[in-house]
Order: sequence, then C-alpha cells, then structure tokens
Amino acid sequence: MTSTLLPLLVAAPLAGTGVTAFARPGTRWPIRLLVAVLAANLLAGVALVTETRDGTVLAHGVGGWVPGIAIPFVADTLAALMVTVTGLLTLVCVLFALASGTGRLRLFAPLVLALTAGVNGALLTADVFNLFVFIEVMLLPSYGLYILARQRQGDPAAVTGSRLYVTFNLFVSTVFLAGVALVYGTAGTVNLAELAGAATDSPLVAAATALCLFALAMKAAVIPTHGWLGRTYPATSPAVTALFSGLHTKVAIYAIYRIYAVVFDGDQRYLWIGVVVFSATMLVGVMAAVGADTMRSILAFHMVSQIGYILLGVALFTPAGLTAGIFYLLHHMIVKASLFLSTGAVETHYGTGRLDALRGAVRREPVLAISFGLAALSLAGLPPLSGFVAKLTLIMAAADAGQPVVVAIALVVSLVTLLSMLKIWNAVFAAPSRADGPGDPVAGGGQLLTARRTAVRTSLAVPAAVLAVVTVGLGVGGEVLLGLASAAADGLLDPTSYLEAVRR
Amino acid sequence: MILALTIGVLVTGAVYLLLQRDFLRVVLGFVLLSHAINLLLFSSGGINRRTEPLGGGPPSTDTADPLPQAFVLTAIVIAFAITIYLLALAVTGRPRTPQDRPPEPAPPEQPAAETGTTTTGTDRTGEPTEPQEVTR
Repeated sequence: MTSTLLPLLVAAPLAGTGVTAFARPGTRWPIRLLVAVLAANLLAGVALVTETRDGTVLAHGVGGWVPGIAIPFVADTLAALMVTVTGLLTLVCVLFALASGTGRLRLFAPLVLALTAGVNGALLTADVFNLFVFIEVMLLPSYGLYILARQRQGDPAAVTGSRLYVTFNLFVSTVFLAGVALVYGTAGTVNLAELAGAATDSPLVAAATALCLFALAMKAAVIPTHGWLGRTYPATSPAVTALFSGLHTKVAIYAIYRIYAVVFDGDQRYLWIGVVVFSATMLVGVMAAVGADTMRSILAFHMVSQIGYILLGVALFTPAGLTAGIFYLLHHMIVKASLFLSTGAVETHYGTGRLDALRGAVRREPVLAISFGLAALSLAGLPPLSGFVAKLTLIMAAADAGQPVVVAIALVVSLVTLLSMLKIWNAVFAAPSRADGPGDPVAGGGQLLTARRTAVRTSLAVPAAVLAVVTVGLGVGGEVLLGLASAAADGLLDPTSYLEAVRR
Repeated sequence: MILALTIGVLVTGAVYLLLQRDFLRVVLGFVLLSHAINLLLFSSGGINRRTEPLGGGPPSTDTADPLPQAFVLTAIVIAFAITIYLLALAVTGRPRTPQDRPPEPAPPEQPAAETGTTTTGTDRTGEPTEPQEVTR
C-alpha cells in the first residue's frame, strides 16, 4: 500500500454514501455495499498496520501541493491501529444493527458510510482545521443515526437526548474552532508538522492549543464535562450506542494524544493538570456508574471512567505510559463495544434496559452471559483478559512515573468497576428466571417482559461474542498488540519521522 | 480592537442565550456564537491588510490572508447545516398532550404527586405559549 492511496480511506466510503443515498427504499444492495466497503476498510487498516509497524510513516499531500500548503494525510502506527480497530467495530456493530432492526432503516447505509469517512479522515489528517471539518463529517451523520434509530418508537426521550447531543457537540466544535483560529492567529499555520513544538516556545500558542485540547476533552467526556454522555448515549437505539461508543470519544482521545505529542512536544510542565483531571474522571465516572439503574447508563458512565484511564497515558508521557495508554485505548474500544452489544441484545429482545424490570425476566442466555461476563471481567481488569494487561501496564507506568496516588485511584476504581458490573450480572444474567407467567406484580414493564419467553436470536448474540473472543485473544496473546502499541508510543515520543514524512 | 469588542459582545450574547430555557433561544445563541468564532477566524489572518485577495491585483503585502477566509467559508456552511437540524429538532418532539410526555426515567423514590408537574424536559414544561409560537 503506497501513501498515494491514503485518501481512498475517505474517498471510498464517501462515494459509497453518495451511491447508496439514491437507493430505492426496500432494496437490499445498499446494505451489501455497506458491508463490502466496511470489510475493505478493515483490510486496508490491517495493511496499514503491517506497513507501519516498524515505525515507517506514510504521508500524502492531498492534491499534490507542496508540503505546508497541501492538507497532509498521514498514517503512522497509531493512526493505522485506530483505523483498524474503528473499522472492526463499525463492521461488527453494523452486523448487530442488521440483526436488531436498526440496520433496516432507510438511509442507515449512507449515514454509516459517511460516519466511516469522517472517522478515517479525522484519524489520518495532520491539519488542525481539517480535523475540525472531519469531526463535523463524523458528527452530522451521527445526528441522523441518533434520531432515526428511535423514529419508529416515536420516543420524545430520544428527541430530548438528540437535542442535548447536538447542542453539546455543536458547542464543543465551536470551541475547537475558536482554538484553531487562535492557533492560526498566534502561530500562523494549522499544519501539525509546522506546529511541532510551537507550544513549548510560545505561551500564546500554548494557550491557543490548550483551548483545542479543552474542546477535545469535552468531546471525550472528561470531568467536569461528562454529564452529556451519560444522558445521551442511553437514549438512542442499542446498535447506535454501540457504534458510537468506539468512535466519537475515541477519536477525540486520539486527537488529544496526537496534539499533545506534536504541538506540546510532551511538555512536562503541564502534565500535572492531566494527572489531576483524568484521575478525577476515573473516580467520578465510576461513582456515577454505580448509581445508575439501566444497563446502558451504567455502561455509559463506565466509559467516562475508562476514558480517564486512557488519557492518563498521555498525562504520564513516558514510553511506558504512552504504550499503556494506547493499549488501553484499543482494548477499551473493543470491550466497551462488546458490552454495549451484549446488553443491547438483551435490550432489543426484552424491550427494556432497566435493571429492576429485567431482574428474573431474562431466560438463560448462555452466549450472551459468557460474552458479557468476559467483557465485564476484562473491563474490570482481571487476568487473563486484555483489560488486565492494559491496567497492569498503566499502573506500572504510573508507579514508575512516581504517582502513587494515581496508582491507588486506579486500583480502587477497578474494584468499583467490578462492583457495578456485578450489579448488571446479578440482575440480568444470574437472576433465576421468573417461573410464573403474567400477573407478576413487578414494577416497571414486568408484564411486557413476561410475554417474551424465547431466547435471544443467534445473530443478535454473535457480534458481542466475536468481540469478547477478541478481548480474550488480546489478553492471552497480548505481546503482539503491546509491541504495536509500543511502536505507536515511540512515534509519539519522538515525532521526527512523522514530521519528516509530512514535510517531504 | 473593534473586532475584539464585537467578538466579546457576540460571545456574551451567545452565553446568555445558551443558558435560556427555550430551545429556540438556545439556537439563536448558537447563531451568535458561530458569528463570533467566524469573526475570530477572520481576525486571525491579521486585520491590517484590507484589499481583496483576487489574483493579479495589488501586491500581496496589501491583500488579506485568503486562508482564514476559506476557513470561515467552510465553518459557515457547517454551522448552517447544524442550525437547520437544530431548528428541526426545536419543532419536533414537543408533546401535544400530557399523555405524550416521555415516560418517567425518574427514580422510584420520587413521590408520585410530583411527577406530573416536574417532568424531565426543562424546555417543554416552560410557558405553554411557546410551542404555538414555534409552529406558526
């Protein structure tokens, strides 16, 4: 794969969007095209990883303009890994959406393709304004998916959630744009390679870039701006929540890693802010998760907490810390999607996500129970799953960096994570099935649930199981991904080859 | 300085409107905010060169920086698209009858007498005249 082909990762999904948008309702080919493009996208991601795993950086100035003028598309190890994992998650979540009914919505295929194009663009671009544009390209189809997915239910809660989601993201994007404007005003360029180290030289550029980072942190649902995520993610359809869980916040995290590594050059002076804020994020997120009462809101607040863990990697900014953070990012995207898919399968089949309503209503679901159990234990960080490798490397990195308080918080939060995962497990998967039929006076949709006496379909359960197997694989064979994460961390620690590739 | 003051006034107005109850005012707040940021983008290109950057004309020391202009042009259409979507959201999902209100996501310990009046949506329990104003 040569660097000239990099723009295809954006162009192909966008072309697919354009074509599938014209499909007549009821036809099946848009879905087939969608799956084909996503599979090709995944293969391209794997090819990129093999190409860049030794530290090679592929860069292409779009349009063939001279470096600094053209918008550069760059793929280093980190970007390649992100393209691969987001591609995998999109594919699996689309298969789940097809099984759960969300995939049959009109315009589902074009919206997901546009979302993929936006994600790939945001991951590959090395231009801050272009990053803003691609984030918008990601967000706009997401708004459509968010509200369309609940259209059938005519659910006012979805409109309320959508309003919050759109207004918050518009606000964040506007703040990011203000940051971009100030970066251009102070540094005179928005090209990442030209901005290398600019924030260490000039406090003005540092302040401007900090505004960009602040906006990205809001997008990643970092404390104190985390409330939106816990309120909006549970209010759409389960398939869409699972799809979003691996894309939006994670692209923001990727951008924070990239910008802090390149523009701030890993400046040690500001790391304490990250350590404080991200530790607080871990704590507050998990506390909120313990208090939530539906499966998806528990998982949404867990996302907040885990985002704190991931970003801690960049707040340590040591080789070990960055490796751990990147490994944690990739592991967490997979595990969280698996959790949203297994609980989403229950929610799709039984019609509600409330723990009190599901208690005892769920039949024995061996596939879902095992995939949920594995993913939950991986989230809490138990061996031999990938979460253990992630947490261990992160905690060791924090200990090496001389942050005993962070180590303590990370360990305590793991315990609370396990606690709230057990809350879901006990209510949904482990509670004995209610033997007697309707008329059971359990509050909150008990009658609705007793009507469902069939097991969840296999096609609904398989996507979660696939990702659960991946997390087991990454735990047992963690060396491979750890090596790749280490190569990606080297690219962040010493961005010389990244900069040279862009300037070439 | 004039530009800075204008941006400041716009941001102030935007923040005030964003914190209002009615969703339509929030949308107006976003319009003001995007105006402010567009002006900020313009000023980031330097504000002393005022000639238009249309090829072959005056020397480049006099012409305005074209890059921020392209940024603003892009940002305008993006903000426009989202504003349209926000306006569509403003007129949908308003419950016409009390029965259409969203089911209570409220905790079970909330007293039943209160639930009728303190529904979750802050904007929809506002003045009853507002929805009519929107649909007109």
